[in-house]
Amino acid sequence: MLIRKAPDIRTSDITPKAVYLRRREFIQAASGAAVAAAAALAPPAARWASAQTGQKLANVKKSPLSTTDQPNRFEDITSYNNFYEFGTDKESPAQNSKRFKARPWKVAVEGLVAKPAVYDIDEFLKPYTLEERVYRLRCVEAWSMIVPWIGVPLADVVKRLEPTSKAQYVEFTTLYDPGQMPGQRANVLPWPYLEGLRMDEAMHPLAILGVGLYGEVLPNQNGNPLRLVVPWKYGFKSVKSIVKIRFVEKQPRNTWQVMTPNEYGFYANVNPQVDHPRWSQAMERRIGEFFRRKTLMFNGYGDQVAHLYTGMDLRKNY
Amino acid sequence: MRGPRTGFRPRASGFGLDSGESLAARASGASGPKPDARSPKPALIFPTAVARKPITLLKILIVVAGLIPAAALVVGLFTDALGANPVETITHQTGTTGLAFLLITLSVTPLRRISGWNELIRVRRMLGLFAFFYATLHVLTWAVLDHFFDPSAMMADVVKRPFITAGMTAYLLLVPLALTSTNGMIRRLGGRRWQQLHRLAYLAAIAVVVHFWWLVKADVTEPQRWALALTVLLGFRAWWTLRTRLSSRF
Repeated sequence: MLIRKAPDIRTSDITPKAVYLRRREFIQAASGAAVAAAAALAPPAARWASAQTGQKLANVKKSPLSTTDQPNRFEDITSYNNFYEFGTDKESPAQNSKRFKARPWKVAVEGLVAKPAVYDIDEFLKPYTLEERVYRLRCVEAWSMIVPWIGVPLADVVKRLEPTSKAQYVEFTTLYDPGQMPGQRANVLPWPYLEGLRMDEAMHPLAILGVGLYGEVLPNQNGNPLRLVVPWKYGFKSVKSIVKIRFVEKQPRNTWQVMTPNEYGFYANVNPQVDHPRWSQAMERRIGEFFRRKTLMFNGYGDQVAHLYTGMDLRKNY
Repeated sequence: MRGPRTGFRPRASGFGLDSGESLAARASGASGPKPDARSPKPALIFPTAVARKPITLLKILIVVAGLIPAAALVVGLFTDALGANPVETITHQTGTTGLAFLLITLSVTPLRRISGWNELIRVRRMLGLFAFFYATLHVLTWAVLDHFFDPSAMMADVVKRPFITAGMTAYLLLVPLALTSTNGMIRRLGGRRWQQLHRLAYLAAIAVVVHFWWLVKADVTEPQRWALALTVLLGFRAWWTLRTRLSSRF
């Protein structure tokens, strides 16, 4: 019987490590190219016929705090929303908010504050200069967008309202009006929607009160006429269609925390290391992209905001 | 599609049966050819077959209807009509369609018993295979677009996320059913064992509804509807089994 010696494999025949480690990149690039080709074949945004019919906002200042990432399409930002007051499907808010009336609009300022009052929205906003802030938005559901918001620094508003030294937190409440907000006719969440920030979070330069996007007044489905934008926290913190701002001593019980306390906390800082009990937060799908990307600590705003949480256990304070 | 064949085909109508009468007779029938009352002779010409047999027409309709959701997704993808998050739309659509086909499959037996149209049994495996087809697309979307075939990430997902555990369980339960859906496999397993194996479909359907229920954030309206439908479908069977047991006792 002839027993053959196994042929020697020359080292030059073996795929170098650097190359085989890159095969994934290669496949991604190849499939990315295929997707791009598919996208190129599609008629250019045919279905989307630009819906920008809103009122333009004048005298908007650019901000150095904006990200340089490419903003998502207006159509995506305004057709893919979580705003349960108008229904729980992503398309529901755009469909069900068409007749929503954002004027006249009152904002009540209450609690531990020098001048409790009810303001007309336009009076309320008059003192401030509008700024464009292009921010990353990371939803707790593991998708994200880039939104060119227009708003005013929340810190300026808070300072002007003169909270007393006892005020430790700010609480924001959404309008409760089931006549206009059909989603509120179902007991999906305990209405009205309530959110809160710690005082130092509210005073952080990144936090704004949003009044517009893409140079126009906020579409109803995005929280017209006044919403919070806190880009280092999951989207649900950024409460929409605000009618009440209250300064309080104790930590507010925000709606999602009331709803499911083991899944949603008060802080809700974007944190890839702390998973939602039912899904991972390590990755996210950027709207407009096919494959998922890594989620950044504090949604990439760590340099600016990490100091707010030094010494805190972010696993407990999720 | 299984076309009219002169070979072993008539068996299918005999073995695609559900619980109930003359099961043993049919299982033993595997050993010897038996004339099948429902298809007395093989259809020779296609249009005649359609005209003579409503079941053939139904089969064609099911194939067409079964491919429409997949075709709609492909068209939607290329015309940018799947919304801002097409991957999510694909995931949801393939999942829901798979569940729908699974429940339609499970409604064949109740429909048969209520309507008395026993030939319906001959579309059941096809319906089940469509359920498996959409479940496969659903799992592939997750594996490729969510995890890019990263086995460790996929395993972590399956182990750590109860809703994915439930979903994967459902899929793994469907795999042996799809694999044994051929006439040859029915013959090899024997009618009774094949039927017992295919009762896994009940478990799979329950696991799918649990999977759906566990993944929603707050609004359980939709999974509730599916759960209700499944309860009704399984309820029929529970009732019939109970009734048979009770009547056999007295």
